[in-house]
Amino acid sequence: MKCRLCDEKAVLSSPNYCKKHFIEYFERKVFRTIEDYGLLDPSDSVCVAASGGKDSTVALYLSFKYLQSFRSDPKVTALIIDEGISGYRNKTLDDLKRFCKDAGIPLKVVSFRQEFGRTLDQIITLRLTDQKPCTVCGILRRYLLNKYSRGFDKLVTGHNLDDESQAILMNLFRQQTDILARLGPVSGVSRDALFVQRVKPLYFCPEKEVALYAVLKGFDVSFTECPYVVFAYRADVRDFLNAYEQAHKGAKLNIVRSFLKVLPELKASYSGKGLRYCESCGEPSSQRVCNACKLADKIIIARDGG
Amino acid sequence: MIIFIEKDDRKVSKRFAGTVASLLSSLDINPETVLVSRNGEIVTEDVVLKDSDDIKILSVVSGG
Ligand code: SF4
Ligand SMILES: [Zn+2]
Ligand SMILES: [Zn+2]
Repeated sequence: MKCRLCDEKAVLSSPNYCKKHFIEYFERKVFRTIEDYGLLDPSDSVCVAASGGKDSTVALYLSFKYLQSFRSDPKVTALIIDEGISGYRNKTLDDLKRFCKDAGIPLKVVSFRQEFGRTLDQIITLRLTDQKPCTVCGILRRYLLNKYSRGFDKLVTGHNLDDESQAILMNLFRQQTDILARLGPVSGVSRDALFVQRVKPLYFCPEKEVALYAVLKGFDVSFTECPYVVFAYRADVRDFLNAYEQAHKGAKLNIVRSFLKVLPELKASYSGKGLRYCESCGEPSSQRVCNACKLADKIIIARDGG
Repeated sequence: MIIFIEKDDRKVSKRFAGTVASLLSSLDINPETVLVSRNGEIVTEDVVLKDSDDIKILSVVSGG
């Protein structure tokens, strides 16, 4: 198969582009998303939630590159949460350290161990909670991301088209329309001094394209999976959606586009309608303090108690 | 043909000649979820492989 624009061999079949034209196409798509949805402003100080994996590394690189087209010293910092997952996070952390050093981007490392006194591996093996690994991981990680991104104008995440279409389906399957209302290219609690707006520059990029971009750019990212991923409900939805996409091309993009059409109404129906926010972290919560913060306290107490 | 499947960190050795698409289907792998390289170069699903090719299959689905 040839590139649709030149005589070179294609590196992707749909759309069929060669290496050079694919890279141009991909960057154009990301920069357009940033502009169409006002994700980044040249004067922003930006925190990127990094993991050393392909998605967040590409989001980090392209946020930096985008801002660099306006100013020579973009205010970009990478933030990584080290959950303490042996055989996985230590590897991706090393990749990220190298990447940031080469790119000249400051990196801040925050670990579960320092913050809660326990690694995720310990929380699970010591049975400090009966929740699933990914639930604990997600809760504690969100908590630390909120805490350490405070003071920045934007928090960039590496969520791609696959992540978003999976999240939309998962919340539909579980009838969690309140959570659904918080998805989209710009999410989170906005215009609140305590909580930074979260933005997703890879919103329209399929996971396969993100991986291809990372490989073609020679980014040293590992493609290993977290050992806990088998416990995730998301993995079911992911596999199901990939099978569906293979049979019906464009399904993921159609899910996201349909969602974006109804999102304004969804947001409006939840704005100020009895939805309260956790006093501690700002996530929607029916209680004064959310479950995330309660779990964090429990683990900290477990540590301090012995 | 030696096929390296990065995700499971395993090498599969089998006789195979045909397209990338048919190789993936014989391994029960969804093309949506992987990148395939032949002798170090990324190839599309229509490319015809020879038994002497060195193949690497890289899983693109994220794990966390
Ligand atoms: S797969 Fe689960 S445990 Fe692993 S990093 Fe992702 S959320 Fe955390
Ligand atoms: Zn080309
Ligand atoms: Zn909270």
